[in-house]
Amino acid sequence: MKDRILNIVENFEKDPGRMMDILLEVQSEFGCVSHEAVSIIASALNVSEVDVTQTRSFYHFFTCQPVGKYAVYVNNSVVSCMKGMSEVVDEFEKVTGIKFGSKTQDGLISLHYTACIGMSDQEPAALINSVVFTELNREKVRKLVADMRAGKAVQEMFTELGDGINAHPLVKSMVKNNIRKAGPVTLGEYTVGKGLMKALGMDSKAVITEVKDSNLRGRGGAGFPTGMKWDFCSRESGDHYVLCNADEGEPGTFKDRVLLTERAHMLFEGMAIAGYAIGAKEGILYLRNEYAYLKAYMESVLTELRNKNILGKNIHGKGFDFDIRVQYGAGAYVCGEESALIESAEGKRGEPRNRPPFPVQKGYKNKPTIINNVETFCSAVKIIENGSAWYKAIGTPESAGTKLLSISGDCKLPGVYEIVWGMSIKEMLDMVGAENVQAVQVAGPSGICLPPSQFDRKIALEDLPTGGSMIVIGKNRDLLKDVVLNFMEFFADESCGSCVTCRSFNMILKNSIEKIVEGHGIKKNIDEMMAWSEILRKTTRCGLGQTSSNPITTTIKNFKELYDMRVKDVEYQSEFDMSKAVKDSCEVVGRPAIIHE
Amino acid sequence: MSKPIIATASLAGCFGCHMSILDIDDRILQLIELVEFNKSPIDDIKTFTKQCDIGIIEGGCCNSENVEVLKEFRKHCKILISLGECAIMGGLPAMRNGIPVKECLEEAYLNGPTVGLNAEKVMPNDAELPMILDKVYPLHEIVKIDYYLPGCPPRADLIWAAVVALVTGDELNIPYELVKFD
Ligand SMILES: Cc1cc2nc3c(=O)[nH]c(=O)nc-3n(C[C@H](O)[C@H](O)[C@H](O)COP(=O)(O)O)c2cc1C
Ligand code: SF4
Repeated sequence: MKDRILNIVENFEKDPGRMMDILLEVQSEFGCVSHEAVSIIASALNVSEVDVTQTRSFYHFFTCQPVGKYAVYVNNSVVSCMKGMSEVVDEFEKVTGIKFGSKTQDGLISLHYTACIGMSDQEPAALINSVVFTELNREKVRKLVADMRAGKAVQEMFTELGDGINAHPLVKSMVKNNIRKAGPVTLGEYTVGKGLMKALGMDSKAVITEVKDSNLRGRGGAGFPTGMKWDFCSRESGDHYVLCNADEGEPGTFKDRVLLTERAHMLFEGMAIAGYAIGAKEGILYLRNEYAYLKAYMESVLTELRNKNILGKNIHGKGFDFDIRVQYGAGAYVCGEESALIESAEGKRGEPRNRPPFPVQKGYKNKPTIINNVETFCSAVKIIENGSAWYKAIGTPESAGTKLLSISGDCKLPGVYEIVWGMSIKEMLDMVGAENVQAVQVAGPSGICLPPSQFDRKIALEDLPTGGSMIVIGKNRDLLKDVVLNFMEFFADESCGSCVTCRSFNMILKNSIEKIVEGHGIKKNIDEMMAWSEILRKTTRCGLGQTSSNPITTTIKNFKELYDMRVKDVEYQSEFDMSKAVKDSCEVVGRPAIIHE
Repeated sequence: MSKPIIATASLAGCFGCHMSILDIDDRILQLIELVEFNKSPIDDIKTFTKQCDIGIIEGGCCNSENVEVLKEFRKHCKILISLGECAIMGGLPAMRNGIPVKECLEEAYLNGPTVGLNAEKVMPNDAELPMILDKVYPLHEIVKIDYYLPGCPPRADLIWAAVVALVTGDELNIPYELVKFD
């Protein structure tokens, strides 16, 4: 083991900044990053063991005990639950004879839960050794387990390939694109290299001006004006970096997956244009590990672009050098937050930084850095190609251009839609064939839960801003239990733990909603949850804590009757149940549980 | 008017909070002027002999007896106070909350480094003993609690200020340093 690990460390030039890559390789090769491995890595990198352990312990996909030869990660996000995850889980447990969170005696199979893996349009889905399996059901699970027992390679466990690049020999995945509607920008016609060629013919300042004039705003959710960000960054001195945020962790979002699959060239071209504009030589695509099935393809596209001199040295003879590497995450939603993403790309725990300084001032390696979403870079390519006026003419006055929506949940046509900003929710629901809708979760768990009375509102940065996640929730769903509780479990799990209130209040809020769902809630709990949410929002460092109470506050606001129905109008109510509480200990010591009330 | 009556108990605590009560030093003489004690380790009265005004409880609930004592207090006291971290949050004993009770018992009686004397490897299971709960509960999850006095232990001055305010009806005036430790 030692030699092999030293080899891996060597391959990353003994650079502690590549800790993520080192740990990922060790995990993949040995099924875990054991304590022994930590020691070896630490001494090889000349850092303390704690430095290695703190990164190792932060990410979901690093384990200290070996996972199974086949490690099954079933997505337990809202849409997966809606589409029958519990049956899939039940079948896995039945046929393997083990519970989730454990491993078969022979070490062959281990079962785990994981947060949204970006497949909400084809749930229930799971990752097995980084290979994606979609639309699972009992029968498929039985077959999968039989295949594992027969020792089949994971890539050979499905027969049908997805459409488009998913069927490419370097991808060979069963994932479907589900592109339902292509628009004029990101999913429209595209010729590789045209945008960059044009940009290189312009002054770098003029490129920024063009992007500024287009009114392009960030597509990752926050909607910050992209041109302004590039401008700020370009004014700083020293080395510059271009980072692309492909962490796509917001449950219900999967549009970046489709861009990465079908528009990888465009994305890299967009990063190169940004690099030219701000004066950067290096770009990093931070790609969530859930999309590691695209790894070989990504590398081939990068090689192709280098061969075409769209990346590399002296691009198109214009004296501009730019290259890109792909940095994989390891399962942590908070790494989508830009400063956490930087930390992670530097090989550390994905803990958001205090701001200021902002990444445009001190970002990756403390150098001026721009971070943009995948869709933002892709849009920039078309803006340069067709001009800002062309782009600005699409959409609404405040929200220029198109937006990719990832629509999932209770609708006939889940998938990716490139819409023009300004579409109403009602129009959207008609478009996806959704009937009997109870609510639409706009912008994922950190967004808002919208009631039918507001379905005439518009999808636009000035009305309903969104990074693209739209989850349709039918009338048959138990909104508090199926949706709100699931979201709160997600946030409680994904908080990085730096801020006291984020660490504790998300847990308290989750427990409170659980109490209400189980019928132990009282009226006072509703006011308390509102008050705690307010404190949480105001006392946290990053967007996670600032929005994580939204599932609760927006449903209290918009679906108050669901709470009123469930809570009792009494001063105090305990959910403590003595017979339940003593059951286990009495069994262990072998005595009857005698309860006198 | 008769003096207000106080009862106190230590459940899954370390008696540190009670020690902190004693840290009011000579003010204990004033306290005796102000209040009467009923069930409490302070006067060693073991069972309630009358209805009380204020119940002060240290420690959370880790076993069935704790729960019964707590419920007795709720029945007999008009006002119930959670005193200290363990009562409010479970405190140190609640560090076992993430671990299944089976593992805790096995570590304590079968596998731990100090079980040498337990040659027959028995786990205490006499019907007389309290039953262990699946986790340590803070008091407010079991009965209604009216006030919380934070600290590990809460400072004597805080306990004093709170009790005096309660029995005199004066406004509670707590300086920042008494409840914030940052
Ligand atoms: C908890 C959290 C998770 C985030 N996840 C993502 C993400 O997965 N993808 C993304 O592009 N932006 C995400 N963001 C927003 C980024 O911080 C940042 O605003 C964005 O990448 C900037 O790019 P843009 O201006 O092109 O949108 C997240 C923010 C927070 C607070
Ligand atoms: S708000 Fe939450 S996720 Fe963000 S830095 Fe604070 S603890 Fe971490």
